Amino acid sequence: MNRSHRHGAGSGCLGTMEVKSKFGAEFRRFSLERSKPGKFEEFYGLLQHVHKIPNVDVLVGYADIHGDLLPINNDDNYHKAVSTANPLLRIFIQKKEEADYSAFGTDTLIKKKNVLTNVLRPDNHRKKPHIVISMPQDFRPVSSIIDVDILPETHRRVRLYKYGTEKPLGFYIRDGSSVRVTPHGLEKVPGIFISRLVPGGLAQSTGLLAVNDEVLEVNGIEVSGKSLDQVTDMMIANSRNLIITVRPANQRNNVVRNSRTSGSSGQSTDNSLLGYPQQIEPSFEPEDEDSDEDDIIIEDNGVPQQIPKAVANTESLESLTQIELSFESGQNGFIPSNEVSLAPVASGTNTEFETHAPDQKLLEEDGTIITL
Amino acid sequence: MRRFLRPGHDPARERLKRDLFQFNKTVEHGFPHQPSALGCSASLRILAIGTRSGAVKLYGAPGVEFMGLHQENNAVMQIHFLPGQCQLVTLLDDNSLHLWSLKVKGGVSELQEDESFTLRGPPGAAPSATQITVVLPHSSRELLYLGTEGGNVFVVQLPAFRVLEDRTISTDAVLQRLPEEARHRRVFEMVEALQEHPQDPNQILIGYSRGLIVIWDLQGSRVLCHFLSSQQLENVCWQRDGRLLVSCHSDGSYCQWPVSRDAQQAEPLRSCVPYGPFPCKAITKIFWLTTQQGMPFTIFQGGMPRASYGDRHCISVVHDGQQTAFDFTSRVIDFTVLAEADPAAAFDDPYALVVLAEEELVVIDLQTAGWPPVQLPYLASLHCSAITCSHHVSNIPLKLWERIIAAGSRQNAQFSTMEWPIDGGTSLAPAPPQRDLLLTGHEDGTVRFWDASGVCLRLLYKLSTVRVFLTDTDPSENLSAHGEDEWPPLRKVGSFDPYSDDPRLGIQKIFLCKYSGYLAVAGTAGQVLVLELNDEAAEQAVQQVEADLLQDQEGYRWKGHERLAARSGPVRFEPGFQPFVLVQCQPPAVVTSLALHSEWRLVAFGTSHGFGLFDHQQRRQVFVKCTLHPSDQLALEGPLSRVKSLKKSLRQSFRRMRRSRVSSRKRRPTGPPGEVQEGSAKAERAGLQNMELAPVQRRIEARSAEDSFTGFVRTLYFADTYLRDSSRHCPSLWAGTNGGTVYAFSLRVPPAERRMDEPVRAEQAKEIQLMHRAPIVGILVLDGHSVPLPEPLEVAHDLSKSPDMQGSHQLLVVSEEQFKVFTLPKVSAKLKLKLTALEGSRVRRVGVAHFGSRRAEDYGEYHLAVLTNLGDIQVVSLPLLKPQVRYSCIRREDVSGIASCVFTKYGQGFYLISPSEFERFSLSTKWLVEPRCLVDLAETKNHSRPGNGAGPGKASAPARWVGGGEGLLAGQPQRASVPHPRPAGVLKEVQSTLEGDRG
Repeated sequence: MNRSHRHGAGSGCLGTMEVKSKFGAEFRRFSLERSKPGKFEEFYGLLQHVHKIPNVDVLVGYADIHGDLLPINNDDNYHKAVSTANPLLRIFIQKKEEADYSAFGTDTLIKKKNVLTNVLRPDNHRKKPHIVISMPQDFRPVSSIIDVDILPETHRRVRLYKYGTEKPLGFYIRDGSSVRVTPHGLEKVPGIFISRLVPGGLAQSTGLLAVNDEVLEVNGIEVSGKSLDQVTDMMIANSRNLIITVRPANQRNNVVRNSRTSGSSGQSTDNSLLGYPQQIEPSFEPEDEDSDEDDIIIEDNGVPQQIPKAVANTESLESLTQIELSFESGQNGFIPSNEVSLAPVASGTNTEFETHAPDQKLLEEDGTIITL
Repeated sequence: MRRFLRPGHDPARERLKRDLFQFNKTVEHGFPHQPSALGCSASLRILAIGTRSGAVKLYGAPGVEFMGLHQENNAVMQIHFLPGQCQLVTLLDDNSLHLWSLKVKGGVSELQEDESFTLRGPPGAAPSATQITVVLPHSSRELLYLGTEGGNVFVVQLPAFRVLEDRTISTDAVLQRLPEEARHRRVFEMVEALQEHPQDPNQILIGYSRGLIVIWDLQGSRVLCHFLSSQQLENVCWQRDGRLLVSCHSDGSYCQWPVSRDAQQAEPLRSCVPYGPFPCKAITKIFWLTTQQGMPFTIFQGGMPRASYGDRHCISVVHDGQQTAFDFTSRVIDFTVLAEADPAAAFDDPYALVVLAEEELVVIDLQTAGWPPVQLPYLASLHCSAITCSHHVSNIPLKLWERIIAAGSRQNAQFSTMEWPIDGGTSLAPAPPQRDLLLTGHEDGTVRFWDASGVCLRLLYKLSTVRVFLTDTDPSENLSAHGEDEWPPLRKVGSFDPYSDDPRLGIQKIFLCKYSGYLAVAGTAGQVLVLELNDEAAEQAVQQVEADLLQDQEGYRWKGHERLAARSGPVRFEPGFQPFVLVQCQPPAVVTSLALHSEWRLVAFGTSHGFGLFDHQQRRQVFVKCTLHPSDQLALEGPLSRVKSLKKSLRQSFRRMRRSRVSSRKRRPTGPPGEVQEGSAKAERAGLQNMELAPVQRRIEARSAEDSFTGFVRTLYFADTYLRDSSRHCPSLWAGTNGGTVYAFSLRVPPAERRMDEPVRAEQAKEIQLMHRAPIVGILVLDGHSVPLPEPLEVAHDLSKSPDMQGSHQLLVVSEEQFKVFTLPKVSAKLKLKLTALEGSRVRRVGVAHFGSRRAEDYGEYHLAVLTNLGDIQVVSLPLLKPQVRYSCIRREDVSGIASCVFTKYGQGFYLISPSEFERFSLSTKWLVEPRCLVDLAETKNHSRPGNGAGPGKASAPARWVGGGEGLLAGQPQRASVPHPRPAGVLKEVQSTLEGDRG
């Protein structure tokens, strides 16, 4: 805070950077040290201070070098904003409740001019509701590419997290035929393909699925030999945690093995593998095993609450097998990290009926007993 | 401790599974769909029906049934039994002949195809030259005479179908041997009739379509007589003694020709047009049968006045000054007359007329005055009004069974007392293990009660709910009220009546309590009737109550049908089930679920708007609950367009089929192709291309609470369980909706002594929302031993162990996608089986069944029988929800078959394979109802001489047949109980078999 006051109007100094912050019709100018920008939360506090809005929740955005309005809501994009600002970092602040989310995004140059007018005229509301871009702790994954290490490079296993989103899944499938290489030469076999993506749907927004991608598996179950209606029912039954293995129609964007950098995607939507696995995954793990386990009960016209799992003691024998299974997979060289724990469910080898579904925590507890 | 193993890995369990489960499709009940041919063997006393799909079904005595299927799946055009043998020949519409025989294997007869044959002409001959029109099996037992479209008669030798070319009776040969004066006319064309002389096997009659009839001497290859009629010939009948011919013609006339070798007659002895003088339709088949009394029976098909009755399907019987034209509601396929089978007898003495119509079989007693119909022991037309729902009740107590039969027997007054005349073969099947009822609800507001215990599905009793309501057509205004002098003397026969007065009367749900005799029936216009079995006729007013399921929901407008108007005053009801309460749901949407608890005297009903509970003891509504989601407009507006009646959808699909056929035929019009037509062809082509461009797509979307019909109540269930706390159990009502919600209400039912004084109270205790939101198709509570709770009153009647109330109860909720077990009273998730996520199949029907082991007498397990939308049947274990076995049962495209499936409580089931046929299947090794029967030639010989002292004319037909049958049955195992329609006999017979069972 002192820093900003000290360099109040100075702009030419080496290592400092001018910041022009706009909130409503008011502008504030101050400077930051480029080499030591500090944390996002400090910056957020600073902004509230200079605009004298200490208790107002705001959204912070900046204009990047292309003129796109991008959000600043965590350390990483804050640092990115600071490092790319040249020479001036232009900050736009909106009240959270009045925020126009449509202003954000990577838009083409044609749209660039509108970006600022949208911000300048807060009454220009768009009809489309948008996801609130909020503090990092509120983030949740929308989609992810999983099992990259065990799948052939030509395949992609995509996980769509319908849970908690209001967005429709938004895609259609159709019958079709694909050509396979068999010992007898090329053969045409029936297959299921993605036929359409609904604009604004979850599937489209991830960018991981495309029209004419062939669907190979749904939540670990192969679809070959199944009818279109069967596959539809399987997808809908798994809709809250849908894992689709596809052979993308466009094979040029495949994930390159042993490289965790996102060379190809360039998507703004978060991808849990590439994004913030450490922060995000733990809070979602309990649902992974059985995302639809959260049935709701209302007792005596009271408040709805989630139905708990029955205490497993009566079913101890069954959970034992479950433990054995997960124990085995642990021995197969899987690290029991959160990402990889998905593998046994999704890899297609485990076609066991998951009738007994004690949740992850229970398993871990019992697992320690077993290892003893 | 039992070591838990993964399914499929425990050899002991696998062995046990083999002892418990086995899948068989055992028998088809009802009337064959699209019959196309009728055959009858007088000597075997067996009836054969061929269908358009290539099936041949044989029926003899009740329980004697055989079925064969031609590989070609072509329509069966003709069926002929070979005289004196257990063999028959079928002619298909692809002009192929097939020889079938009944062979005894392991003590039971089996129908199998031995040989097939297609008649081929010389190279270059027109195909019509060998197109078979008539088949005559010769009494020599090894020759078949085949009349063709070309006019030649070919001879083939059986069993190998060897063509005897030198014996062919060609048109040229016949022409040459005709006298000069007949030769000049073009009299040939196709062969319409071929008959063997009744007494001289060396003479056969050949009738040609242009009107020439010749009697051909087989040995001398010459024409013995010829007759020339001026009209197109349809058919010929040869009198028993061979001295008279009766020919029928396309102008509706028939002619009698005396046969004598000496005097050649140019004119018939007598010619008459029975329904003249105005133009008549053809008489296509005629029987001329002698009787001992002298007056012959003339029985013929068709011949009705073209203008006014040309559309009727009639068979006329003329005898001794009486004439009746039996008027059928569907097209007559063929008919035959059962008469004296012994060739040595002097007279025909016909006793029964057997008519195969498109939709039913009708048998008419020709010996009893008035020619009453005979009640069928099998081949019942299930679809006389379209079936809209069905309900199965196993193990009916004897008392109720008797009362239902008694009520039904009073409805059968119009039937003949004649014993079933087609009684060939012997049924060796063991007596059915228990009395089972199958109840079918129909579009016309009737409920039919069928005896489903054995191989023969027999109608016991018919309940009509129509009398409760005011309908457009007054029932007293009967069509049969025909004037005496009416001409033609039409008489409606048969039960097939596809026309419903009012579709709102349709029955949608049935629930019968077998202990108390209470029946609940619910229909299309939201009507719920509670009925009680009464052995006496009664005149009573039905109390009417309205259940407003929308309650305080405002601003909704029902655009569907109005509710039915009920009669206000007292109504007279026949003995049987008599309604006493009518609850009408408002809005009057179709009732989608129904449950009755006869001990608590409560009935619960649900529609697409909500559900309600009614106390039928105090005749008071207990509560209603609206389940409607505010955004669900579709449910509010009208009858569920998606839930079409089975019949309607079938009818539409047929219409579509017909239309497509018609349009394909009409595609090549005779006129010059106009521009319009070209344009339409272009449009058609474009349409086809578009279809290729846009293949079928399926939308992938999670279900949400806002979807349509989430409030649709799919299932209702009463249970005495621990709903609120684990120390006290109480009556409860459970309801499951299409949106995956389960509502549980705790009930307070006053004790019996204060039952009339205190009101029944209900309070919502729980509401469970399954997050996958799939429709709930079943709710069940398991007791402390994980056994399903018994039915109401089951324990009171000592028929079930009382449920275990010590251990904790469990709640099983079956949705279309998952099976889930929750603990009670604190609802926590215990187990689940995700079916759809793994297999892509959805649960369509679920039922609890007890599976007995075939080895250990007293060992049994309760499991769930599940039918999926793929037509698979699975058994899922209770309480661990492990899939046990899976069988494919119904084609997945057969949506109406899947929708019609019902499970019994002992691992059997029924589904409709056509609008008129139920297929019966069994999942159990222990309960298996299938035909096992023996048809024997030796027995046949015994049969064909009904030579008891009394002359055949005087003795009643039943006496004759029983006389024949007795000798045959001696030493055979006892027949399955098939009660015949006479009430007194029925009860005794049933009683004795059942008591025999118990011992």
